[in-house]
This record gives sequence, structure tokens and C-alpha cells, in this order.
Amino acid sequence: MTIEDVRRRRLLAYSVPILAVLGALAIGAIMLIALDADVVKGFSRLFSGAFGSTDALIETALKATPLLFVGVGITIAFRANVINIGGEGQMVAGGLLSTIVALNSPDMGPFIMIPLVLLAGLAGGAIWGAIPGALKAYYGVNEILSTIMLNVVAVQLMNYLLRGPLIDPLEIERGTRIPQTERLVESADLPLLFGSGRLHIGPLIAVLAAIVAYIILWRTPLGYRVRAVGQNVDASRYAGIPVKRTIVLALTMSGALCGLAGAVLVFGSEGHRMVTDGSTAGFTGSAGFNGIVAALFGGLHPLWTIPASFLFGGLLVGGLALQRAVQVPSALILALNGLVVIFVVSADRFRRRLLERPPVVIEENDDNNRNEVATAAVAAAEPTSGDHPEGGDS
Amino acid sequence: MSELFTQAAIVAVVAGGIRLAVPLLVASLGETFGQRSGVLNLGVDGIMLLGAFGGYYAVLQSGSPWLGLLVGIGIGFIMGLVSALMAVTLKAEQGISGIGVYLFGLGFSDLLFQKWVGTPRPIPKFPKLDIPGLSDIPWLGEMFFQHSVVIYLAFAAIPLSMWIINKTTFGMNIRAVGENPEAADSLGVSVSRVRWSTVTIGGTLAGIAGAILAIDLGIFQQNITNAQGFIAIALVYFGAWRPLGIMLGALLYGLVNALVLQMKVLEIIPPDWSDIAAMTPAIITILALVVVATRFSPPSALTKPFTRGA
Repeated sequence: MTIEDVRRRRLLAYSVPILAVLGALAIGAIMLIALDADVVKGFSRLFSGAFGSTDALIETALKATPLLFVGVGITIAFRANVINIGGEGQMVAGGLLSTIVALNSPDMGPFIMIPLVLLAGLAGGAIWGAIPGALKAYYGVNEILSTIMLNVVAVQLMNYLLRGPLIDPLEIERGTRIPQTERLVESADLPLLFGSGRLHIGPLIAVLAAIVAYIILWRTPLGYRVRAVGQNVDASRYAGIPVKRTIVLALTMSGALCGLAGAVLVFGSEGHRMVTDGSTAGFTGSAGFNGIVAALFGGLHPLWTIPASFLFGGLLVGGLALQRAVQVPSALILALNGLVVIFVVSADRFRRRLLERPPVVIEENDDNNRNEVATAAVAAAEPTSGDHPEGGDS
Repeated sequence: MSELFTQAAIVAVVAGGIRLAVPLLVASLGETFGQRSGVLNLGVDGIMLLGAFGGYYAVLQSGSPWLGLLVGIGIGFIMGLVSALMAVTLKAEQGISGIGVYLFGLGFSDLLFQKWVGTPRPIPKFPKLDIPGLSDIPWLGEMFFQHSVVIYLAFAAIPLSMWIINKTTFGMNIRAVGENPEAADSLGVSVSRVRWSTVTIGGTLAGIAGAILAIDLGIFQQNITNAQGFIAIALVYFGAWRPLGIMLGALLYGLVNALVLQMKVLEIIPPDWSDIAAMTPAIITILALVVVATRFSPPSALTKPFTRGA
């Protein structure tokens, strides 16, 4: 196989997730036709609504922010061969802890308050990630199931707190009892990028987080251990790597990033408060699940997850525009969302297969020695190409 | 607290527990087939939701709960085929692909409900069957022998599943494929055919479970399963991949849920605490997973796609 062939295969590999999304949208179109909706109008709105104007791009960037945090978090866990389905719960935990901190601490000005609430979000998510991590490492509990259950616990906890102890006193006074907190302290508002409008610094923090995650994974001993454990548990153990502690750490870091997403959602929201509609999706917008797709889109590489999240965020924003344009219930978004997950995950095998030619790939990089990101993206495919992540019970 | 120990309350809890256990039991039995053959299907909740809406809508239109059940079977069968295509042929990552089915089911069932039904309207339920003689026994009769027909059928599925898994050639193939697909393959057992069958059985039973849930409640609403499909998956672990263990787990869940419900009715749990009470199933599941994980191990090939010669 020549270098040209490798390039062509790689290009094909990158187009696989895009084709998968188009497949999902095709099924969505059939659904719309079955529901008697104007498909052409809907789909033209999908694209203009996502990328067609400055406002649309800002909306997309905001939507992409939690996806990027979660996607990077998922990537870290995935690298350690741990599947974190708990992004939803970890986001809620992060949102809750940061809200509680904001409600209970004296106003110390934005330079202290903003880092403080973000750190609280980080901590909340980290705790919610450390629990399934410890259960997996020390008791062999399947992390897929434990994280799903912790999602359920987190939502009920949020509902309880926002309907009771944390509810805005005004809601009780007025008798409306909307489960939401009071407007949180102003100095904890995420600053707006252009001084006004909707775009706050959240997307920047997310991009920064992706870069930091990249550095941790590929430039620190900790990241090395995480990846080693993900590749081969036994070899790592013989090499003296504390496997159990590494698994706990990977899920803790993964949860921390999701928790940060939760905090950014609260303090970057228009109402500057935490509010629930009784479901998880009401707070997270399913970002805890969608971030997984963004991560797969990005080839399980933190840096590639940045454009992947942006594209996927656009899809979600566009979906909303589509739904409004053709006037079908908003449940359509969730259904489309599910289809995208199904198609992207099912097509992932083709992407992996196209990237599977390690000897030639290494040669090419030796020759050119410039495409660091692409090399890493190839490496990204390795842990899942031969050895599939297990359920976790060993 | 003492009002909980009256005859009426105890009978209501036990009878209610059995009723609430049934959808979990059926979905769990289905998931067992898949997991024993090495496939973890995480989409159960989504399939249940689709089955629940399909079943509900069919009954709403036709007035016949049996037709609703049939529609649930059909939807489950189709979704089972889709899940098998993803997990077996396309070898999708099993920890994630099922989440897609879940989101799709959650969204699509709600979409169709809002579009075609709008406001919830009650539907006729399955007919009740009082077992002659037995149903007249004080206490026990009302607890065990005055249920709707499907509930007896669901419990009859337990010995049937045990027989299939433990005594038939198909069952032997399932276990072989789940424990050591390479060996099974070398002996001429088609790994993919066995897994296609088990995942389709699992999907069908999930569809049935959803239809039973909705028709037994006589209503449909958004997210009617409330994560029961995920609990059903955990129950397979809880029951150590054996139908009898799964039955015990499902009954335990049903009883806990019925007890919580009864305590809410009797206002032993104040309304403010209902969200906290709603956490119990998930917390019990996590604790149960810990207990089980230290004693039993899952089928060795669980979640590992099979490629010949790999």
C-alpha cells in the first residue's frame, strides 16, 4: 500500500462519521414525511439555524461547550478502557455543588467567585465519577451500569434539592413553586466575551480543558499510565502501574470535566440559576450522552473533539430550528439525537478499519514528521481496534 | 407506621409488588438470552418505551389489550433485529449503541404520543383471572391469585427460559458462544446466528414488557418506564445470569416499589420526600451490583464482538 493509499483511506475514515450523520438525517426525513411535515423547509432551516448567521454560530458554540467538556471527559475514561455513561449525572452533580457553593458563600468579587464555582463544579463531577471508579476498581462493578444508576440518583437529588431546600423563596411566596434557585450571585456570572450578547467565556474554558487533557494524556506520566491501563491491564500491572488507582483517577478526571460542564451551564445560563423540569435532559440537554458521540466523532482524541463538538452542537441547534420550522413536538430532537448516536456508533467500525495500517502510517510520519495530530488520531483507534473495552468485570 | 401492618396494606404491597415486578421480569429474561450469548443490549429501555407506546396506541384504537400486546411483540421484534444488526454484524461498541436506541425510543415514543394522542386517555386493561379455589384463600388469594392473565403468563416464562437455556441444543449453543466463541465457532456453531437470535429474543421480550407496562397501567406518558429498562439490565447481573435469580431480583424490586408507593399513600413518606424515595431502586441496584460482582462473574465473552481468526 502506498502513502497515497493511506492518505485516501484516512480521508475516507474521517468522512465515515459525517456519512453516518447523513444516514441518521435521512431516517429523520422519512420520519418527518410520515408526520406530514415540510421536509425541505425543515432541512434548509437545519443548516441555516446552525451555521447561517453570527447568532446561529454563537448558539452553536454555546451548545457545543458542554459537549466538548463531556467529550473530553469521556475520552480520558475511554483511554483507560472505562466507559463512562455517567456524564449526565456528573453534570448534575457539578451543577448542584457549584450552585450550593454560590448560594452559601459571601460575595468575594468575580476574581474569586468565578474560579470558586467552577472548581466546585469540577469537584461535584469528580465525586460522582470517583464513586463508579472505585466500585469498578475495587469491587469489579460494571461501570456502565453503575454510572447509569448514578445518573438516576443525581436527577432525583436535583429534583429534591430544587423543589425543597434550594428553591427560590420567591417561588414559595408566589405559590408558583417552579423548581429553581434564586438568581445566583452576580459576581459568579461567566463574563461575556464581547461585553454583551450571549457568548460567554464557557467555550474558551472548554477548549482550554481539551488542550489540558491532551497534555495530561500524552505528556505526563499520569496520562501514560491511563493509556497503558487502557491498552493492556496485565502488562501495566507487571510494569508496576497501580492499575486500580489509575482506573479511579481516570473516572474521577472524566467526571470532573463533566461536572465543569454542569457549572458552566448554570453560571452561563441566561437566568443565572439552576432549574429542573424533573428530567435529566431538562438540565443537561442530554449533553452527558451526546458528548460520547462528540468524542467518537473526534476519534477519541481531545483536540479533534473540539471541531467534532462544534459540528455536533450545530446539528443540535439546527435540529431545534428544524423542529420550530415544521412545528413538530420537540421530542423530535431527542429521536434524531438517538438516530445519530446509533448511526455514528455503528459506523465506527468502518472508521477504525480504514485507519488500521500501523506500519505504513508510522513510516509516513517518520518521513514527513509534521502531522502530530493525525498520528495521535491513528493511535486513538488502536485500543478499540483489536481489544474491545470490556464490560468491566474481570 | 402501624397502619402499614394492617391486612389491607400488606396484601396491597405484595399483590402490587408482583404486578410491578412483571415488566422488569419480562425485559430481564429477554436480556438474559443476549447476555448469556455475549451481547449486552443497553437499548432495553428504549425498546420498552416504543413497545409501551405501540401497545397503548393499538389498544386505544382497537379496544383490545391483546392486539396491543401483539403490536408490542412486533415492535420489540423489529427493534431486536436492529439491535442485533448493530451489536453483532456491525460490531458497534455495546456500551454506547444501546444509549442511542434509548434516546431514540424516549424521543420517538413521546413524539408519536404528542402527535397522535395528545392528552392521555385511559384504555381497557388485560382481563383479570381469579384462579378458581385458590383465589378465595384469605390473604394469599388476593396476593397471588387475583391477577391479570399476562402476569401468570410472565411467570410461566421463567421455567420456559430455564428449559431453553439449560436443556436445549440452542441453549447450549448460547452458553458456548457467550463463554468461548472461538471454541463454539471451531465446532461449527455460527456465533453470529446464535447472537442474532438471542438479541432478537431480547428485543421482542423488551417490547412485550413495555406493552404490558402501559396496558397494565392503562395509560401512556412521556418516559413511562422511568429507567426500568436499565434496572432490568442490572437485574440480569443481580440474578447472576439465571432466570430464577432474576425472578427473585424482579420480585424484590416490585416489592420495594410497592412498599414505597404504599408508604406514600399512607403518608408515612411526606410528599416532599418523594424524590428521595424515587432514588431507592437505583441505590439498591448499585449495592446489589457490588454484592453480585464479588461473587459471580459474567459470561466471559460479554460485550466482546466476535471476529473469526482475530
